[in-house]
Amino acid sequence: MSPGDRKYSKEHEWVKMEDATQALAGITVYAQDQLGDIVYVDLPKTGATIRFMEKMGEVESVKAVSDLFSPITGEVTEINDRLLDHPELVNEDPLGEGWMVRVTVADTAELDQLMSAEEYEAFISGLS
Amino acid sequence: MTVSSRATDSSSDPQFQFPYIPNTPDEQAAMLATLGVASIDELFQDIPDEFRNPTLALPQPMSELEVQKELAGLSSRNRALGSGPSFLGAGSYNHFIPAIVKALMTRGEFLTAYTPYQAEASQGTLQVIYEFQTLISNLYGMEVANAGMYDGATSLAEGVLMACRVTRRSRMAVADTLCPYYRQVIVAYCQAQGLELHSVSPGQSLSLDQETACLVVQYPNFYGYIEDLAALTKAAHAQGALIVVSADPMAMGMFQPPGHYGADIVTGEGQPLGIPPSYGGPYVGLFSTKQEYIRQMPSRLSGRTVDSQGRTGYVLTLQTREQHIRRERATSNICTNEALYALASTIYLAALGKQGLRSVAELCYQKAHYAAARIAQLPGYTLPIQGTFFQEFVVQCPVSPSSINSRLLEQNILGGLDLSEAFSNAHPSEGGTTGGSTSPPSGHFTNAMLLCVTEMNSRQEIDALVEALSEFGQ
Amino acid sequence: MTGGGNRDTTKLLMERSVPGRVGAVLPQPDVPAQPLPDPSLLRTELDLPEISEPEVVQYFTALSQRNFSIDTHFYPLGSCTMKYNPKINDEVSFLPGLAGIHPLQPLESAQGALELLYRLQGFLAEITGLPGVGLSTLAGAHGELAGMLMLRAYHQARGDTNRRQVLIPDSAHGTNPASAAMAGFDVVTVASDDQGNVDLKALHDLVGPNLAGVMITLPSTLGLFDTGIVEVCQTVHQAGGLVYGDGANMNALLGRVKLGALGFDVVHLNLHKTFSTPHGGGGPGAGPVCVAGSLIPHLPAPVVTKSSGDGAPVYGLAAPERTIGKLSGFHGNFGVLVRAFTYILTLGGEGLRAISGNAVLNANYLMDALKDTYYLPYDRRCMHEVVFSADWQKARGASGLEIVKRLLDYGFHAPTLYFPLIVHEALMIEPTESETRETLDAFIRALRDIDREVTEDLELVRGAPHTTPVSRLDEATAARQPDLRWRAAV
Repeated sequence: MSPGDRKYSKEHEWVKMEDATQALAGITVYAQDQLGDIVYVDLPKTGATIRFMEKMGEVESVKAVSDLFSPITGEVTEINDRLLDHPELVNEDPLGEGWMVRVTVADTAELDQLMSAEEYEAFISGLS
Repeated sequence: MTVSSRATDSSSDPQFQFPYIPNTPDEQAAMLATLGVASIDELFQDIPDEFRNPTLALPQPMSELEVQKELAGLSSRNRALGSGPSFLGAGSYNHFIPAIVKALMTRGEFLTAYTPYQAEASQGTLQVIYEFQTLISNLYGMEVANAGMYDGATSLAEGVLMACRVTRRSRMAVADTLCPYYRQVIVAYCQAQGLELHSVSPGQSLSLDQETACLVVQYPNFYGYIEDLAALTKAAHAQGALIVVSADPMAMGMFQPPGHYGADIVTGEGQPLGIPPSYGGPYVGLFSTKQEYIRQMPSRLSGRTVDSQGRTGYVLTLQTREQHIRRERATSNICTNEALYALASTIYLAALGKQGLRSVAELCYQKAHYAAARIAQLPGYTLPIQGTFFQEFVVQCPVSPSSINSRLLEQNILGGLDLSEAFSNAHPSEGGTTGGSTSPPSGHFTNAMLLCVTEMNSRQEIDALVEALSEFGQ
Repeated sequence: MTGGGNRDTTKLLMERSVPGRVGAVLPQPDVPAQPLPDPSLLRTELDLPEISEPEVVQYFTALSQRNFSIDTHFYPLGSCTMKYNPKINDEVSFLPGLAGIHPLQPLESAQGALELLYRLQGFLAEITGLPGVGLSTLAGAHGELAGMLMLRAYHQARGDTNRRQVLIPDSAHGTNPASAAMAGFDVVTVASDDQGNVDLKALHDLVGPNLAGVMITLPSTLGLFDTGIVEVCQTVHQAGGLVYGDGANMNALLGRVKLGALGFDVVHLNLHKTFSTPHGGGGPGAGPVCVAGSLIPHLPAPVVTKSSGDGAPVYGLAAPERTIGKLSGFHGNFGVLVRAFTYILTLGGEGLRAISGNAVLNANYLMDALKDTYYLPYDRRCMHEVVFSADWQKARGASGLEIVKRLLDYGFHAPTLYFPLIVHEALMIEPTESETRETLDAFIRALRDIDREVTEDLELVRGAPHTTPVSRLDEATAARQPDLRWRAAV
């Protein structure tokens, strides 16, 4: 069951506000399951601006590449360096240790365009 | 000899029985019967009538006996390098090839195997590639190498494209001492990429800047001389540019490898390592780089891993760089490369080994310097370039090199490359935004010949060359 | 098992090395000692192995025995055309006058080689119905790059500089969009219809003034002849674009149709597929391009020329007047071109038709025998290859991957898997014309047996292969922690 402390996008990313302005983002349990064993994560650089629903990076499994779409607009203040040597953290704990970026959020109103945990659960059960 | 094959109708498909095609007419009939189809031609009915079964104006089939004769005849009209003293290099070299190279690479299990996508069925090929990657890395003093590319020229072009990707810059500075046809290939590969190429002279001020993606040099250079890689690497890195070096693997038996100087990408032509000149191909391109750039490398990589029972095995890895996964976003479109010739080079390096490669390189050096010293003493001949050379050097001749070469050929001696031809053959489309000067570097020489001497040239052959050249001096 | 010692493949070359062993010796220098360069320029370390000649032979022979190959196994890889590689082709390529000639030696000293290439140009022109031929491209993808650069050059020469789009079917091989991108084009995908043909309505909607051309594989990567191909070519031409043909599947069409007549403007051929040159574990290949008259000036350099004055013809090399440039260091993969030339001489026109006829017969024979056991997404006459889906087996617990790995245990190389992308659990099977009915029947039996195993012993299939030198490999770790070369233990 997707935790209620964050919001979810149709591209299977989550974003969780840590305080009034900082948020963490990553991909969901469903997403890592679909991707299979993740072998590499290509993240934006710190200082970069990422934009709502635009490509911010890539995730690679052995035989496929998938784009990462940002669930929020803001400036990247930190990326999860551990993923460089341990991309499997995204498979093992996508909602915790497998977080991807920390962002200073430009406009928290964007969160209203995302799904709640219940809505996301309904969304993924509607996918085949 | 050409006879039109009749455009057949459905009842008269060819009855000639071919050695490579087992199905007899009876077997064909039986198989067609299981399909409920009257003739083979009926299987092609999706092809519109007006286009189906065209006339094919090709010769009649030939038996193997006749084919042997035909090819022997064509072969005999070419002067083979081994038939007399040969002193031509310039990117393709006459080196000794031990007999075991051909014996092993023509084993059907290597020769007729496919690309190793099914790893469990291809451990031989994959382990060979891993060995190749190891030995080429060691030869060049670099951290990692790929499974090979088409040839030295395209390998260098791909190295340039990679440098542009890594630095996200679009200007390249190309040494004017680079082989002219390698330069042409870079121009051709970059023509649709919005990249800018300009020429620089090593040893002079290079005018690199923060827009420069890479400095491209050849080592030894096209004229055979050793460039100052320490200074060139420093100059490139000072601008945040990469240095891409095209290095002769045979010279690596003797000289400091580019990795020693901190080169970022080292490419080369593997032909000197156990591959015959065969009129220009097949060869194998060598490509090596730093570990931090592996995801930007083109071509295949064999990686070591374990199977479900803990046994060591090898598998194609980091495939997400390649075209079959990334398609239009791939690092390169390359698919088939030159695996059989990577195998040949690996066998060669295994057989020659540490001592052997050093011996070959030293023999080339010694013989080339003996030849150069003797020629320099001939009236009318000079060595215009100062510096250290390996196995090739430039000679300024009293008359045109092509007239000298014609005369040499009459004595069954193959002379060196006429340098005026090497540059004038640069094709007309090199120009515009991705072109640049096609003339030789400043201080170019008239009547210049590029001579190559290898371990294949005995002292007698060198003396015969000197004797023949002396005919032209005053 | 090989009894261990040097014939065991576990140890790598650097691990076998024993200081002092030599695998080859060179003659002593026969010239007076020459002054050496500055020592700082010379390397002191050279990490290459030291092993004896017998060890080299034992090691590489043992490695070869860990491979499947055409000579040892039936290799029904769709779109790869794994046919018999005739030994005479190899033998002639080793003749000293062919293997031992330098690409830059004077043209008059290589007339036999140049005549061979010139005649090969003529053969390929006749086979494709496209008069201009360039032999310098070194693989199929290299030919594609040349073709795409020629399209670009053609439009630019006509001042038509806005044509930035290339349309490529969703079933295309990955090299097609990769090559188009390298030539600076934007790739747009065009859908296939439910017959596996290019969707003509979708094509009509996509063509416009920005169209440079399309890349079409014929037969398609589904092994099907696109019955709308003439209309595809006409539609593209009417919009001002050109038609590029990926000739990978030419084995189905030899002598049956000329691509130039259908409307193709440029085609590449894969000599290492259709024309029997050995795959070598991943190359060498050769990907010559054949072009219509309008593209001849743009061919990559060099092309082989023939001038007949009075007397014997003289062969030479030339750069076409508006060439896209030089895409390879020298003239092409001559050793591969020699093999293809020899093959075409052996087969003749009649033999080429026999190839396509039997290749297509064998594929249809397999299709008919297996379509009750494996799902056939396009139930229509196939050409030289047939695409099945493992969906029925997947529903019972075994994926296409597991089925093909189990085939290895039966002594067959796997067919092409998961390609083309538009078929779910795709298995693409191409028998070629050089296999016997006995082999085809054995293959059919094996696939039926595996299907039975899916019901009766699922774990046996899922855990396959069991009899190969290694079982399923950990590819995730290989990608996460790449180990790409041997290093001495620190």
